[in-house]
Amino acid sequence: MAEEMLEVSVWRGAAEGRFVAYAVPRRANQTVLDLVSHIQQRLEPGLSYRFACRVGMCGSCAMTVNGKPRWTCRTHVARVAGADGRVEIAPLRNMPVIKDLACDLAPFFDKWSRARGRFAPTQTRTDDFAPVAPASIQRQAADAGIECIGCAVCYSACDVVAWNPDYLGPAALNRAWTLHNDARDGAHTARLAAVAGDAGCHACHSHQSCTEHCPKQISPTLSIAGLKRASALAALKGEI
Amino acid sequence: MTDRLGARLWLAQRASAAMLALCVAVHLATMIYAVQGGLSAAEILGRTRGSITWLAFYGLFVLAVAVHAPIGLRAILREMTAWRGRSLDLAAFGFGLALIWLGLRAVVGLFR
Repeated sequence: MAEEMLEVSVWRGAAEGRFVAYAVPRRANQTVLDLVSHIQQRLEPGLSYRFACRVGMCGSCAMTVNGKPRWTCRTHVARVAGADGRVEIAPLRNMPVIKDLACDLAPFFDKWSRARGRFAPTQTRTDDFAPVAPASIQRQAADAGIECIGCAVCYSACDVVAWNPDYLGPAALNRAWTLHNDARDGAHTARLAAVAGDAGCHACHSHQSCTEHCPKQISPTLSIAGLKRASALAALKGEI
Repeated sequence: MTDRLGARLWLAQRASAAMLALCVAVHLATMIYAVQGGLSAAEILGRTRGSITWLAFYGLFVLAVAVHAPIGLRAILREMTAWRGRSLDLAAFGFGLALIWLGLRAVVGLFR
């Protein structure tokens, strides 16, 4: 019996480029990353793409698959290939393409820095552990957003980032929200100041594309809504 | 850089939206009621003229619009065009003033 083949169109080039079609044999339990790896290993050694863990932890293999941003290592071909056996794989949106399927994530992570996505410690190693009640509202709010793997799927899905390149984006704001709810952190007000306004949380339209596409089922929209409330309140009090 | 203006504008737009929700509901309900009753324009003016209540209500409505619309317009222009900075803020502010002027003129027209 003839082997079933998939027609996989892959973006080749950088900002300027074109889709090139490759025929890849269909396998059981095949992931989109398997398709790309097959093409790179067997058909096109010059193909550039990024991956590391292959188990949905590192967040490095995200690409645009059939028009939607996805983590390719955990996306089964069966979920995305149409009846015609076609799959289109492109780099993520909203970031400069270095080559083929590899984007430059520097702007994405620079925004984490701008959003003060760094823990600001208030204690030293000689202090006792800070008690954090697992059932507290703050801890639960932090828990809801803490599993982010930094894959940039949300950033790629976000229309506001596409319209306003200065916008911090869902991942950086989600990170800021988890830190805002960390009782041990000492930069809450400075962080609210960093994330408020036209390039920050208040620019979010609540389209929820980030929430829709997040492979970890996080809702950055919810985190951003929390930041909107907290920073607006801080602005009202004159703290920021 | 702290964007105090952005945060405050967001707050003002939400607060004015809450007011508009109430104003629009009252406005629509009154309109439907007035039309069903077969009131003519002259009869409607007869009820609004000299009424401090309607003057206050529509005055508030106009002020809420004048806060809400320019902030939204500013956000749309920021996203859809390259226009940023002080000139855009001033233009949006000017649009708000124009809305107040035009709106209050109409409200006073109903009152007098």
